[in-house]
Amino acid sequence: MTPDPARSDPTGADLAGLALAVLAVAPEAAGGIWLRAQAGPDRDRWLAALRASAVPGVPFRRMPAGIAESRLIGGLDLAATLASGLPVTERGLLAEADGGYLVISMAERLDPWLASLVAATAETGELHVERDGVTQTLPAQFAMVALDEGIDDEAPPSLLTERLGLVLDLAHAPFGESPFSFQAMTAARERLPVVATSARIIGELCAAAAGFGLASLRPSLQAVAVARALAALHGRLDVEDEDAILAAALVLAPRAVQWPSRQEQQEEETPPPPPPDADTPPPENPPQEQSGDPPDDVMSQSALAALPAGLLADLKARAASGRQRSAGKAGAREKNARRGRAVGVKPGDPRTGARLGLIDTLRAAAPWQKLRRGASFGDGTIAVRREDFRIVRRRARRRTTTLFIVDASGSSALQRLGEAKGAVQLLLAECYVRRDEVALITFRGRVAEMVLPPTRALARAARALAGLAGGGGTPLATAIDTARQVAEGIMRSGRTPVLVFMTDARANIGRDGQPGRERAMADARQAARELAALGQTTILIDTANKPGEAAAILADAMEARYLPLPYAAPELVVHAVSQERPAPRAAHRA
Amino acid sequence: MSAEAYGAQRPLPDREEPLRETLAGHPAPVDRANRMLRVTPAPAPRQRVPFPFSAIVAQEEMKNALILSAIDATIGGVLIFGDRGTGKSTAIRALAALLPRMRAIVGCPYGCEPGRPAASCEHCQRLSLDKGRRGQAESHLVPVPVVDLPLGATEDRVVGALDLERALARGEKAFQPGLLAKAHRGFLYIDEVNLLEDHLVDVLLDVAASGENVVEREGLSIRHPARFVLVGSGNPEEGELRPQLLDRFGLSVDVETPSDLETRIEVVRRRDAFDRDPEAFADAWRGRDAGIRRRISAARKRIGSMTTSEGALRRATELCIALGTDGLRGELTLIRAARALAAYQGEDSVEEEHVRIVAPMALRHRLRRSPLDDSRATARVERAIGEVFGS
Repeated sequence: MTPDPARSDPTGADLAGLALAVLAVAPEAAGGIWLRAQAGPDRDRWLAALRASAVPGVPFRRMPAGIAESRLIGGLDLAATLASGLPVTERGLLAEADGGYLVISMAERLDPWLASLVAATAETGELHVERDGVTQTLPAQFAMVALDEGIDDEAPPSLLTERLGLVLDLAHAPFGESPFSFQAMTAARERLPVVATSARIIGELCAAAAGFGLASLRPSLQAVAVARALAALHGRLDVEDEDAILAAALVLAPRAVQWPSRQEQQEEETPPPPPPDADTPPPENPPQEQSGDPPDDVMSQSALAALPAGLLADLKARAASGRQRSAGKAGAREKNARRGRAVGVKPGDPRTGARLGLIDTLRAAAPWQKLRRGASFGDGTIAVRREDFRIVRRRARRRTTTLFIVDASGSSALQRLGEAKGAVQLLLAECYVRRDEVALITFRGRVAEMVLPPTRALARAARALAGLAGGGGTPLATAIDTARQVAEGIMRSGRTPVLVFMTDARANIGRDGQPGRERAMADARQAARELAALGQTTILIDTANKPGEAAAILADAMEARYLPLPYAAPELVVHAVSQERPAPRAAHRA
Repeated sequence: MSAEAYGAQRPLPDREEPLRETLAGHPAPVDRANRMLRVTPAPAPRQRVPFPFSAIVAQEEMKNALILSAIDATIGGVLIFGDRGTGKSTAIRALAALLPRMRAIVGCPYGCEPGRPAASCEHCQRLSLDKGRRGQAESHLVPVPVVDLPLGATEDRVVGALDLERALARGEKAFQPGLLAKAHRGFLYIDEVNLLEDHLVDVLLDVAASGENVVEREGLSIRHPARFVLVGSGNPEEGELRPQLLDRFGLSVDVETPSDLETRIEVVRRRDAFDRDPEAFADAWRGRDAGIRRRISAARKRIGSMTTSEGALRRATELCIALGTDGLRGELTLIRAARALAAYQGEDSVEEEHVRIVAPMALRHRLRRSPLDDSRATARVERAIGEVFGS
């Protein structure tokens, strides 16, 4: 009941234990937890402790990443329907989790479409079912436990993560044992409804959220709710600073896209305190627009102090390399396709390998039952004949992501960038109905960077493309390597990448970042061969004023289509891409 | 979001015995006595108190757009696009709670309006012919339907389909109306509208244009009125909306997370107060919500007798010409929205100022898209307003 004094010292805070206690005491306040951890005994122990801490008997439902939509939200229970001869509904997993916890396995691989179904249900706390002739509204209030085993920038869809108040990385915040006894948690649950939050604390948490560059209001709301739960756990009726600081460490800091400056009067543009690994460049993301001066950000500083050192370094490095998992990457990932979703049914023979549309078959058979069954009608058996069979039409079309890799080096950089920009926007305008995506990598100096992560949002692309810089060396090998990695990511998410290189192929920076043409060209060819191993459609547009052999050889090595276009007008580029792209509306039966 | 929902020990549904519930027999009454299969009904959803409309901080344009489309259904609904967590769906659910009730014919599955046989379903048309000499059909006050089109809805539930239960149990060919029928005379709300399946978008486009749902499937041939106010919300990061669907929305609003710290704090404070005690919070705002409800009712009565000033008409036309909006729909919506605003403000005539206020929401989604023009639609509309109104 009495908190361990060591634990009330924020610098020694046991974040894993606190997160667990908050989730056990106030699941609906936290919304859920984004639990980054590899599968293993540590994670299992944490989950077991959560289960032991929760109200006894509440449901824990595990949701596998590949769960069928019909199982998730429910609908007609076919087995029971066929057995009884009357429609019987089945409750979806989301409704089964009501009052308890939904444990989402491999959340980083979760299909974005399923994620949006979960998110929509979490939003209202109710599951609206309008499927297969079933109309139901079922209570579905649950806390989510999203297990994220992602490496690097893999992350669950952001529309899910933004509903998960708590963020915990078990690698950096190891879990010892539950810091509160079961009785203390029961008492906290009873206390929670009367715990009050002062206007000052709310103000400071909002200010801290602004300090971390969190544009959305949701983290502030979640932080306030978590602070209340922490106060209840500590036996208080009012939220105190310490609760708010820990709440900020659990909710706000892990989502930071910028770092509150230590000196109060520093300019907003000031780079963050250098992360431990010194050579990381300053963050690419400009600070979010905020109004006014950030207030004295004591809260966020204290929250930072409460984070384990390793985690802090990790977060900063990630933010610095532009790989933070906020709106950017995850947002891009969640657009990728509901692959092969059923789009309707038609009469047909299921023996051709097509999937039988059971409900529609049933519906087709239904009107004839009286006629077919005659006297035995109503005994619960359904007579289905061949002409009743309905098969599912699927749209298994592969959505493509067109990846531009644009040479921004040297003197013609600006022109090429302009052309690429035009091509990107034209492609987006043309293909948004198809929900294809476009991404852009530029390379110059020593680095290749993802300027525009895969997106189909025109507005976002326009923003990202404004004011690209050019000039410098040509690190072609690095660019090809980066393109290959990105293409692999695109393939993992079930899309087809189409790679479009726009370069004169005159590499002069090698893979190791050192200048030298010979070496650079050899590296580039090697990288090209590795890329070719992926077997994806690739186009190399030679942008040299006098198209030369260098580019042709490279195109050969990467098994790309070679296209000399000294003046790559956007329309020409788009035309070339359209020719290579798989047929857009290839619907087929599956 | 009460703590008790989690704290209390509620009996768990027995996993061995799957929860069974037969489908709702609709529209004709079903004889429930002679059923072999009887069922435990699903637990009734805990009644959640919606967040009060009047307690929504800032977002004035969104609130206005919702109120205007509640006053005049012919405006054509609202599309709310913006960041996540800006209270888009909160506002729409809050609006549903404060709509004045409407009068509907008793027993009509579509909630037809009494006294308007031309706009009624076949059932009510017959009814009004039968009763023609003896006065109107019986009617009662019902809440205005605000129907959610949930993600994952299947087409059969949207347009309606053969009622499986009655077909299987009794060999009857009966129509089970879908969401479009339910939404008749009310609102159809689509959250994440840009994630809506293409084939459902097609259905919506068709029905929204004709005001009638025609079902030709499974041997059924049914048509029924389906006039509803389309309300959509979404996050532009998820992708664009098809232009045809965009055009169906009368008004469109871009919401942004307030960046001003004071406003943000106020949002969080009210939400915190609401989460702690929804009933008490709703009580505190009930008066103000009732005020808005009264004003909507009054505006609806007034709107039939409004006049529109020559100046307002002229400005509306000039604006649409300046912006090059396609077709007459923009102009018509602009005038209707201005009229609803004037009515809401208790005035008798539509003036230029009303047009000016509603112009951004009525026009910003109707501009020709140019992939190479980065400037935002709102800025373009405002520029045109500046030119036309000479500010």
